[in-house]
Amino acid sequence: MQYLVSVIDDRTNSATPDEMAAIDTFNDGLVAEGHWVFAGGLASPSTATVIDNRNGAAMVTDGPFLETKEHLSGFWIMEAPDLDVALKLAAEGSKACNRRVEVRPFL
Amino acid sequence: MSASGVQEAIIRAHREEWARVVAALGRRFGDLDLAEDAAAEAFGTAVERWPADGVPPNPGGWLTTTATRKAIDRIRREQKRDGKQKEAQMWYTDPPDPEPLGAIDDDRLRLIFTCCHPALSMETRVALTLRLVGGLTVPEIARAFFVQEATLGQRITRGKAKISAARIPYRVPSVDDLPARVSGVLAVLFLVFNEGYLATGPDTEPIRRDLTDEAIRLTRMVRALLPDDGEVAGLLALMLLTEARRTARVSANGELVRLDEQDRRAWDATLVAEGHQLVRERLVAAASGVAPGRYQILAAVNAVHTSARDMRDTDWSQIVALYDQLVRLDPSPIVALNRAVAVAELDGPEVGLATVDGLEDALAGYHAYHATRADLLRRLGRTQQSRDAYDKAIELAGNTAETAYLTRRRDQMT
Repeated sequence: MQYLVSVIDDRTNSATPDEMAAIDTFNDGLVAEGHWVFAGGLASPSTATVIDNRNGAAMVTDGPFLETKEHLSGFWIMEAPDLDVALKLAAEGSKACNRRVEVRPFL
Repeated sequence: MSASGVQEAIIRAHREEWARVVAALGRRFGDLDLAEDAAAEAFGTAVERWPADGVPPNPGGWLTTTATRKAIDRIRREQKRDGKQKEAQMWYTDPPDPEPLGAIDDDRLRLIFTCCHPALSMETRVALTLRLVGGLTVPEIARAFFVQEATLGQRITRGKAKISAARIPYRVPSVDDLPARVSGVLAVLFLVFNEGYLATGPDTEPIRRDLTDEAIRLTRMVRALLPDDGEVAGLLALMLLTEARRTARVSANGELVRLDEQDRRAWDATLVAEGHQLVRERLVAAASGVAPGRYQILAAVNAVHTSARDMRDTDWSQIVALYDQLVRLDPSPIVALNRAVAVAELDGPEVGLATVDGLEDALAGYHAYHATRADLLRRLGRTQQSRDAYDKAIELAGNTAETAYLTRRRDQMT
């Protein structure tokens, strides 16, 4: 079972060196315990581009799909047997990156 | 067996076996939706068959077997319809616990912990617990909480869908997590009880026995499953000692009767005795060094009240001491308000009022804050201020019996 753990932020590129170090340690733990699938940080929403090619004529628009105060600034994809395990890992992740996180199961 | 005898047997089986049937099927098929529907169908079959065939010797076994057969039928029908093998969706359950905790290994307990999982909203937890564990119907729960049946049905459906999609586990939490998870279960049961005990709504009966009875019944079930948990015993004692005063608490004309005016002979002696027994049991545990939690402390407060012949005979210093203990666990303003009420009895209304006034910032929107002030101001002869406080309390109170009481008290002042 895989879970997407999204990091919720209201600033961009705001992680401090201490936070980065804590995230690295947390990630090492995920790998060692077999929970690691993938993780990454994202550039600011203002760097986003939206493409709509549903009718075959690709329409390119500058900016994020949704303008919100809070945005996704990074994420983990974790392997966990059930939600209790995923929530425990996400709690550690939230502590490490010092941000709120959202846990969502993959289908 | 007479028709009414069969009727009674069906009602009893529903009360005693519903949770067991749902829980057993939930474990076997890994699908609470299927478990709920199959259990409901099995009870429907009992209603049809038992009057003609007689009540089976083991009603619970009969119901589980019948429900299992219904569930298998449904899975086969769906497989035929979809034209493919439905992948068995099994619960993720831990390998058997190396240290089984006595009676803890019961499917009903798994069901309760799943329904009260912290990843579900409080409203969803209440609805799922009453439906899947309590066996109340969707219309019954909708009526109890004044929501549309469709809304409540959707809440239950979404809750079950989240349990399945997010894979909320069907198991008893590990020993480390148990206290926090049990307290989550107790919060759900206490909410159901309080909604019955302090029912809100302009046209509502002041006390909803359906809800208080159901909360007590479910807490008894949890107590039987977790006999060593002090907080479960504490909550059960608290409910029993509160329920014991039910008839004395509302007058014939539907007005709230405060503790000082209650006819103590109308209290239910059996419930009081059972509640006291539980509190004594916890006192023994506390004496051996197990720190009591909030429900045990609140139960002890109620045990002091129900041991007194009248208000004056009440051991108020004991009650203040218990509230001091509670404040250390829970520094919330509502606990401080209840403590202030006891302080007023012990040290006089002036001292009590000074404490209450200090809580204004936190509690200005809470009717009990104004009702408490009104009462203390009245006792101090500050009539106009008291009247204003009563007005504010009446404006904010949601319970019909309470509004009637506050109005009378206000109008009695000259």
